[in-house]
Amino acid sequence: MYRYDEFDHDFVKARVADFSDQVERRLAGEITEDQFRPLRLMNGVYLQLHAYMLRIAVPYGTLSSKQMRMLGHIARKYDKGYGHFTTRQNIQFNWPALSDIPAILADLASVEMHAIQTSGNCIRNVTADHFAGAAADEVADPRPYAEILRQWSSVHPEFSYLPRKFKIAVTGAERDRAAIQTHDIGLHLKKNDKGELGFAVYVGGGQGRTPMVGKKIRDFLPEEHLLSYTTAILRVYNLFGRRDNKYKARIKILVHETGVDEIARQVEAEWQALKDGELKLPEADVQAIQSYFAPPVLVSRPEGDEALKVARLDSRSFGEWLDQNVFTHRDPDYAAVTISLKGIGEAPGDATDSQMEAVADIAEQYGFDEIRVSHEQNLILPHVARADLKAVYDALVAIDLATANSNLISDIIACPGLDYCALANARSISVAQDISRRFASLERQRDVGELKLKISGCINACGHHHVGHIGILGVEKKGAELYQVTLGGSADEHTTVGEIIGRGFGPEEITDAIETIVDTYLQVRSGPAEKFLDAYRRVGPAPFKEALYASEAKAA
Amino acid sequence: MKILTANRLTDGEAVWFSAAGLWAETIDGADAVADKDGEARLEAIGRRAYDDNEVVDVNLIDVNVVGGVIQPLRLREVIRAAGPTNRLDLGKQARSTANAAA
Repeated sequence: MYRYDEFDHDFVKARVADFSDQVERRLAGEITEDQFRPLRLMNGVYLQLHAYMLRIAVPYGTLSSKQMRMLGHIARKYDKGYGHFTTRQNIQFNWPALSDIPAILADLASVEMHAIQTSGNCIRNVTADHFAGAAADEVADPRPYAEILRQWSSVHPEFSYLPRKFKIAVTGAERDRAAIQTHDIGLHLKKNDKGELGFAVYVGGGQGRTPMVGKKIRDFLPEEHLLSYTTAILRVYNLFGRRDNKYKARIKILVHETGVDEIARQVEAEWQALKDGELKLPEADVQAIQSYFAPPVLVSRPEGDEALKVARLDSRSFGEWLDQNVFTHRDPDYAAVTISLKGIGEAPGDATDSQMEAVADIAEQYGFDEIRVSHEQNLILPHVARADLKAVYDALVAIDLATANSNLISDIIACPGLDYCALANARSISVAQDISRRFASLERQRDVGELKLKISGCINACGHHHVGHIGILGVEKKGAELYQVTLGGSADEHTTVGEIIGRGFGPEEITDAIETIVDTYLQVRSGPAEKFLDAYRRVGPAPFKEALYASEAKAA
Repeated sequence: MKILTANRLTDGEAVWFSAAGLWAETIDGADAVADKDGEARLEAIGRRAYDDNEVVDVNLIDVNVVGGVIQPLRLREVIRAAGPTNRLDLGKQARSTANAAA
């Protein structure tokens, strides 16, 4: 894992001191709310419905046990005993007092964490494939590049006041698990014919009120040009991105209005002036960062296969968990484990203080001290010996985190929605809970197969509804909640924005509607091997519309 | 009718301006007004409290008063006054449960 050097420590410590002073002056009335608001936002402090909210950065979703334990400590000491892992691989606390935030930030700094650039019109936390460094299908670990981007973008003087926020995601595998095409910049780390590393570069992806799929503007950018090329994109955006209208200020609108060819030309022109300058990455520097991400020494543990065979016979639920939540590791003796934060009827992404501490213990004992947060709001243990999987499972059962539903319909992404968020128009969590309970039977979920259901409580789309196989958007209509359903979205290497299927549903109707959609899929699929998304792409919306709305059309 | 609500500066706690002339942590007993003069009076109170750094995010919200009970019109404000609907153990609603239990 990356370890702070002296510069990082001093930088974060200085920021904690700055913000502590700002909070003190605010509480003393020496600065106004108008003056303070941008300062608190730069440090991840929002004001939500019930209280302040603190969003803490988890760079590229990677945490050590010590850091996870600190998050548990913060949840217990300063909050209400839980935290919410987000679709940006971060964590949010929902109830901190402003007067406690300096102490929280000091605690975070002690474990090399902070909340810098988790808000504001700057470059936000760079996200990455949650299986980075472990996945069998990646060409290289994308996190060293995410770390290089983090260092470069932290309080970058030119890019701290962009037209709007800016999100970058990196993946190192063909199979995109980081949703890179829904980001302002998406980077796909790959090798060329000569075996050299570089990036396919996508720009202008995004969700919100105007969802756009990122456009590829370069198929192979040699790795040493990562920062010069990214700078060129940011410069074009900073110059020409719209500052007149908040809703048209993201780079996706600039790319759309300007045209991808012209944007690519402008970026190229800017890059020509930069590419051989100081931003060109020296090989030694790349290697130095890579060394921080050196994989753990994975000793041979060939006894795993036999142990699993026996344990599987002994426990059906363990077998189901193995089938669903265990992911192929590049080392055949090891596996990556998804710890579902989607227990049946639970709030997606929430974990209690004691669960966080227990996960830290499990990672320390069995997982080389490493934990990931996925953008799908689960936790990951990237390196677990297959021989230890039963012990890990048993430990997860003891803390109610062994739900075997990864990638199934109850593995729902949901934003905090109207239960917490000041921007929301409708609840998300309660809808997720109802659907999860309706589909509680694991047998039924497994029969339905892979199905990504994503719920947002407003058009800002923090719950990624546009790219859900089934997406649900909560809106407010005549003072009541109404849920609009989209079908056919996806956030993988074939990213697609879902299509609105028809009129929306009230809160008491939405779970029935989802069940109707699932039942229709089961009827139209060519067989159990045809997944929901493939079936939808083959048959289109007609049978789903018919099932949802035909009776009312006849009645009319 | 309208009432005045905000969040307390120090801890972000949702508060409502009460008929007793204080910022209360629950919506019951909020000062409800039915005319423009009343609204102007509450707005002035809100502005002053904001300027005095007592509260932030000050808003007048629509309510019905039914049998003396204040009911916000928007679900957003209902949830603010009670707490998250998925966590009845948190927010203002938890206090009434705790009080009832005591």
